[in-house]
Amino acid sequence: MPALTAWAIRLALLYLLVGFTFGGLLLFHKGVPLRPALWSLLPAHIEFLLIGWTAQLILAMAFWILPRFRGGSRGPAWLAWLAFAALNLGVWLVALAGSFGLSASLTLAGRLAQALAALLFGVYAWRRVKPSGA
Amino acid sequence: MPTLTRWFVKTSLLFFFLALLLGMLLAARSAWPLPEFLAAFAPVYFHMFLVGWVTQLIFGVVYWMFPKYTLERPRRSPALGWAVYLLINLGLLLRLVAEPYHTLNPAAGMGWLLALSAVLQWLAGLFFVINTWGRVKEK
Repeated sequence: MPALTAWAIRLALLYLLVGFTFGGLLLFHKGVPLRPALWSLLPAHIEFLLIGWTAQLILAMAFWILPRFRGGSRGPAWLAWLAFAALNLGVWLVALAGSFGLSASLTLAGRLAQALAALLFGVYAWRRVKPSGA
Repeated sequence: MPTLTRWFVKTSLLFFFLALLLGMLLAARSAWPLPEFLAAFAPVYFHMFLVGWVTQLIFGVVYWMFPKYTLERPRRSPALGWAVYLLINLGLLLRLVAEPYHTLNPAAGMGWLLALSAVLQWLAGLFFVINTWGRVKEK
């Protein structure tokens, strides 16, 4: 697998582990109360698992397996690198703002970064959605 | 496709159907006079969909298609893979029963089942990451 895919999947696995840990703590606390403050982990739990794990893994796999161009090129990979950087920045901004009760403008900035990531990856991947060998 | 992947994928398809069925029941509450206790199943709906369907499908496909760990142990540890399958499904099934029950009867003393469910699912995530990490390789 290409370097970008490997790095993005490693990050996705870490998000999975941390997201499951937060979720496990929340569920445990729901059954056997530990500390009420644990509920503040909920926004990070959701963000890490939906975007950090699931969305990132899907994009990483797409970068790897979508049909390549003639000569085996994957095209302008810098666009995809930028998309992954924006996606991860967005995950952290939204998770931190939600879990620590920070300014709503940080959440907005995070969502903007995630939307930018989707746009960049869409622009990057558009021409790779084609018949193999074309 | 390895046997374990077939179990992951087929179980995920069952959860996909059951999650959407439950989602339909939850939505129907606004149209029909269904029992109030159904509201306690909302978290179960999300997790049947996202853990039982999406995550479990990913686990199965990753176990099948990621690069070989080594020629001798292409999928690293099949035993750990089966442990992931059992833990994620036992944990989730336990949650399906215990979470609504505990929400509706908090004094019944069944909260420890939720705690057990949390531990089982967390272990599944941990074992999946351990079994997969070494198969994420640049070429």
